[in-house]
Amino acid sequence: MTQINYRAASLILEDGSEFTGHSFGYEGSAAGEIVFNTAMTGYPESLTDPSYRGQILVLTYPSIGNYGVPGKTIQDGMLEFFESEHIHISGLIISDYSSKFNHWNAAMSLGDWLKEEKIPGLFGIDTRMLTKIIREKGSMLARIIIDEDIPFYDPNKDNLVDQVSIKERIVYGNGKYRILLIDCGVKSNIIRFLLRYDTTVIRVPWNYDYSQEEYDGLFISNGPGDPTMCKDTIVNLKKSIGEERPIFGICLGHQLTALAAGAKTYKLKFGHRSHNQPVLEVGTNRAYLSSQNHGYAVGSDSIPQGWLPYFTNLNDQSNEGLKHESRPIFTTQFHPEASSGPTDTAFLFGDFIKAIEKWKMGMR
Amino acid sequence: MTNINKVLLLGSGALKIGEAGEFDYSGSQALKALKEEGIKTVLINPNIATVQTSEGIADQIYFLPVTPYFVERIIEKEKPEGILLAFGGQTALNCGIKLHESGVLKKYDVKVMGTPVEAIIETEDRELFSKKLHSINIDTPRSIACESVPAALSAAQEIGFPVIIRAAFTLGGQGSGFCSNEKELRKLTDKAFSYSSQILVEESLKGWKEVEYEVVRDQYDNCITVCNMENFDPLGIHTGESIVVAPSQTLTNSEYHNLRKLSIQIIKSVGIVGECNVQYALDPKSEDYRVIEVNARLSRSSALASKATGYPLAFVAAKLGLGYGLHELKNSVTRTTTAFFEPALDYMVCKIPRWDLNKFLGVSKEIGSSMKSVGEVMAIGRNFEEAIQKGLRMTGLGVHGFVGNRDLAFEDIETELSNPTDMRIFAIEQAFNQGWDVESIFEKTKIDRWFLEKLKNINEHVKVLQSFNELKELPDQVLLAAKKLGFSDFQIARLIYKEKAVGTTDKEITDVRNHRKSKGIIPWVKQIDTLAAEHPASTNYLYLTYHGSEHDIVFEKDGKSVIVLGSGAYRIGSSVEFDWSAVNALQTVNKAGYRSVMINYNPETVSTDYDICDRLYFDELSFERTLDIAELEQPFGVIVSTGGQIPNNLAMRLHRREVPILGTPPRFIDQAENRHKFSEMLDRIGVDQPEWKELSSTSDIFEFTEKVGFPVLVRPSYVLSGAAMNIVSNKDELEHFLTLATQVSKQYPVVVSRFLIDAKEIEMDAVADDGEIIVYAISEHIEFAGVHSGDATIMFPPQKVYVETIRRIKKISRRIAKELRISGPFNIQFLARDNDIKVIECNLRASRSLPFVSKVLKTNFIDYATRIMLGEKVEKPNKSLFDIDYIGVKAPQFSFSRLSKADPVLGVDMASTGEVGCLGDDYYEAILKSMLSVGYRIPDKNILISSGPARSKAELLNSAQMLVDNGYQIYATKGTRHFLANNGIKSKLLYWPDEMKEPNTYSFIKEKKIDLVINIPKDNTKAELDNDYTVRRAAVDFNVPLITNARLASAFIYAFTRIKIEDLSIKSWAEY
Repeated sequence: MTQINYRAASLILEDGSEFTGHSFGYEGSAAGEIVFNTAMTGYPESLTDPSYRGQILVLTYPSIGNYGVPGKTIQDGMLEFFESEHIHISGLIISDYSSKFNHWNAAMSLGDWLKEEKIPGLFGIDTRMLTKIIREKGSMLARIIIDEDIPFYDPNKDNLVDQVSIKERIVYGNGKYRILLIDCGVKSNIIRFLLRYDTTVIRVPWNYDYSQEEYDGLFISNGPGDPTMCKDTIVNLKKSIGEERPIFGICLGHQLTALAAGAKTYKLKFGHRSHNQPVLEVGTNRAYLSSQNHGYAVGSDSIPQGWLPYFTNLNDQSNEGLKHESRPIFTTQFHPEASSGPTDTAFLFGDFIKAIEKWKMGMR
Repeated sequence: MTNINKVLLLGSGALKIGEAGEFDYSGSQALKALKEEGIKTVLINPNIATVQTSEGIADQIYFLPVTPYFVERIIEKEKPEGILLAFGGQTALNCGIKLHESGVLKKYDVKVMGTPVEAIIETEDRELFSKKLHSINIDTPRSIACESVPAALSAAQEIGFPVIIRAAFTLGGQGSGFCSNEKELRKLTDKAFSYSSQILVEESLKGWKEVEYEVVRDQYDNCITVCNMENFDPLGIHTGESIVVAPSQTLTNSEYHNLRKLSIQIIKSVGIVGECNVQYALDPKSEDYRVIEVNARLSRSSALASKATGYPLAFVAAKLGLGYGLHELKNSVTRTTTAFFEPALDYMVCKIPRWDLNKFLGVSKEIGSSMKSVGEVMAIGRNFEEAIQKGLRMTGLGVHGFVGNRDLAFEDIETELSNPTDMRIFAIEQAFNQGWDVESIFEKTKIDRWFLEKLKNINEHVKVLQSFNELKELPDQVLLAAKKLGFSDFQIARLIYKEKAVGTTDKEITDVRNHRKSKGIIPWVKQIDTLAAEHPASTNYLYLTYHGSEHDIVFEKDGKSVIVLGSGAYRIGSSVEFDWSAVNALQTVNKAGYRSVMINYNPETVSTDYDICDRLYFDELSFERTLDIAELEQPFGVIVSTGGQIPNNLAMRLHRREVPILGTPPRFIDQAENRHKFSEMLDRIGVDQPEWKELSSTSDIFEFTEKVGFPVLVRPSYVLSGAAMNIVSNKDELEHFLTLATQVSKQYPVVVSRFLIDAKEIEMDAVADDGEIIVYAISEHIEFAGVHSGDATIMFPPQKVYVETIRRIKKISRRIAKELRISGPFNIQFLARDNDIKVIECNLRASRSLPFVSKVLKTNFIDYATRIMLGEKVEKPNKSLFDIDYIGVKAPQFSFSRLSKADPVLGVDMASTGEVGCLGDDYYEAILKSMLSVGYRIPDKNILISSGPARSKAELLNSAQMLVDNGYQIYATKGTRHFLANNGIKSKLLYWPDEMKEPNTYSFIKEKKIDLVINIPKDNTKAELDNDYTVRRAAVDFNVPLITNARLASAFIYAFTRIKIEDLSIKSWAEY
């Protein structure tokens, strides 16, 4: 897109770097933590992923907006083509913007959507240079300045999960297996995946006391920020992991399970945010491509007795999943539900359901 | 990993349409992967100009045909334990399948490495394959396999017209096409059955998107898709004929990953170990899809994907064939992360085919479901506009990008848009100029509106630029926006200066450049690192973009780098030979302790493999870009003489901008390139040349021909719609040519030169040091002058040249080398009749025949040349062409079967797409091997001769006698039969096609009753559609070997009547 018709705006990083771009979204300033994602598709999904809460997102793929933004059709009580009801990023930084989009499923342009959701977006920035700064110096705070000057803001000091989790229990579906889903900022595609099986999904707030709920399997969702913020969830989980009921956790859900089991988490320098993270199932030659979006990770050397690493990242050897030695509990750091990203590990949902079936058989 | 110690790799032979340089690249990568494992390698590939057939890449090299007979003989001799079939295109795959089916592989206990043969066979049989895909719930186009024309008709009626016809087991869609009615179907199926006993009638998905995935699988069932690609042109245009972008641009995440998932399901179900390519049709209105094709081997697309992503597919595929898992291999760009990953791009690439349809008479310019392009370019940018404009310039057709071109006018835009030709993209530009909107262009082309909107962005910026008349008026924002939209300084100069810049010279380009730089608007160097900067990578794979604000690398500026300019897109007259030259120059630069820097943009090459040099700039070879890079690198010097004509043409321009040019001083390059200056020089130093004159009016031309007599060679300096140079034999022809084919005026003069009949053509390839010849090779054409040197069959050392001729040629060459102060490679072409020698051309750069003579003589001319250019004093080798006791013959490969309706006749304009070079203990052995390598077969019984003019009749007399003596049946047309009978040679009469009487030449060819057609054109003019044309075209269309030159026909007949195929020696290069 030629920048001549767009107003200039700036991006300022905590380290003092400053970039000038052109505003194509909402014309208002924003601050947050700046992170990058190297995926080449899936901006409508990423922008609505609650795990991005509080973050200014840099997309390294240079041409964004090509296929517009889908319409807001509802399916199973969720927006059909998004990962939540709203955009969760605080700002979007890209290189080139396609104001003219084309797709049979598009309802509006990316710029118009950002305006509607009051999220600023800048194009015309050297996103590769920006990515290298983040890679070298680590994730940092940043602010987008359009007119009003605003201070830096560190989202990791807030309980972001509380901001994105639902406030009231919701039930989806009416199937045989009752799954209790702890919503720390769940992506809709996780619920969609669970509903593909014969399930009832009971979605509860992150700090909900579910001890009185009747369920066959416990699921802990993804979500934003530092896992240690979710103290209530960890307390609840400590009880659950001592039981025989199957448990499956994804991303933040994996970290919270690990914390409940006694492992430690740490902040990665710049996180894993891409569609091409390779993970190996420990002890096998089976490798999978995974979609990831996390800034914190479980320390491999902190894994307590009774627990085993399930997957490892082939690039940096970081932990990508845990499983319990004897009980049907397993977790992944990556996103088997994809959306956006590769679907290689979708079979894990099937594994979870099988574990539930097995557990129910045992109950009888 | 395995207990295999010796592996045989099948190459793809000569470059042809549908099978080109990409297989040199993939084969070279595979050989490198095996070498790393300590495995001995044996390579069979008669393509002597390739990099893979160079020293040090394979352990043994056989310049022999990739056919079951020769491969079996080599297996018998070399006893390899494994064989690789996936790296030599369809040629290697088909040969491998035959060896498997005939039990040869089993007999000699040769294991097929990687994908099992059964799996390959399954993917090649379309019906079987469709069934397999349906069994795993994957959709393919509705399709019915047929083995007869009536069956095809009823199938088409069942599916409903329009339908697509596809022939099984062919390269690049040969024998395929669309049919909208019964008549078209009959015509096409007739032809398709001559290629294959099975054809498919399929539902037409015209207008659907075409998307490809490159998929890799290891023995542990781990799978990745390295890259996806989307065709700019919707389905209906062969992917080799389409503009292609990577990654896909218009697919949502859901579409992208659904097709990815299917690709993985497919590769798992087929059981491929290595790489395959899956092509899809995707409905532009839903997520509905069809699997169009699966190629169970490395392909043109996989080479493109490797270059587009930096992921070395062929290298990895070879390792997987040895039993490695993907996760056990390293990402060769980052060297720290694993090969089990999918590259994330932070740029996009745009591939554009290069066509040369103007070189052929009678060929249809329309592009469709079968491939006609001869090469391709890949442009890298950070938006589509930047990439496509770069790419269009790279095709080397004289265009300056999407806009800013003159002399491109389409009379009927609507037809141009709906019936695509090689020029369609420019018709889109003209449509915009005439006020068409995106929607109406979409209606005609079905090109996704996203692409059209991007093109419109470029078009609209033209208007913005045109609203300024001076650089100083131009706002920086507008200028920067132009650069981000891929405008070159040339385009900007032309749009700002308008009529003031008629020629748009370097001065105006330089004005824009200086202004731009003063405003800080410069291109930035970015790395291709496979992970979009997520992990640090010390990658040397680079491109330039205006979408940036910093360079990814630091420039040493220590004067210790040497830039080698590559050769650009493969096209007729410039292909793998220049890649070989450039790669060898890089290797010598490395050895000499300099940092080697390559600039090239052809994804089918080895020179664009980032392993081959210290820095690869995958970017334009334009004056502007070369200067950009030279300014950043501040090199020791630039080598312009190993990449063909493109770098050669830049020499003087770069020199004027004070870029140090290595080798022959640029003003001497200019002196050799400029016809007038060169001619004057020859006169001055007393070297003879055919009389010539540059003329600007018809009457001047007639006056000149009166003086020198006919025939004359006419070379228009401005070429209109396909008419290039031609030999004319009389006044009528000349008149015809001047009125029909060319435009003569002061602005567009014509060069006319006297043409010598029955003259031998002799070439001198040499390397000199400051005017003194250090190494040289003299080779001789089998055909007489009149056949372009690129289409000629060449023998080295010369066999039938007087010693005196050789002596004179050496003397003249020495004189020219001295006069032009040549340092580096050069080539001179001579005409010789008796001992009368005339110089016809001189190029101060590596020639097409350089790899051939280097390999036959086992003296690397490029190594010598490069050392000299770097300033090293080199010793003359103590070996010369008189010392070798074997012969090399280089033979051309034609691709006429791909070029529907083109007249397969040779002339002064080059038509071949590739070549081979074979060695033999004598001349006949070498010629037979090389002709078998380019697809000739030794005839079983029946030979059709129509021997043309009296000269060639006489030429063929002895060979006709030899045919009869050896029990062959000669069929002849009227005149030839008469001539043969008068000379006591028996033949049977066949009527000309238009005589409409049986036995007829056409029906005999069609019914495959003829094993070889010898058809000598009546004269050297490019004839109209006549009997000769019909016979030649029938031979090509029905796949019967055809020879159109009497001397070559004689040589071939002598060879196969003297030597039996069993007598051909199976010797590796090292054994000569």
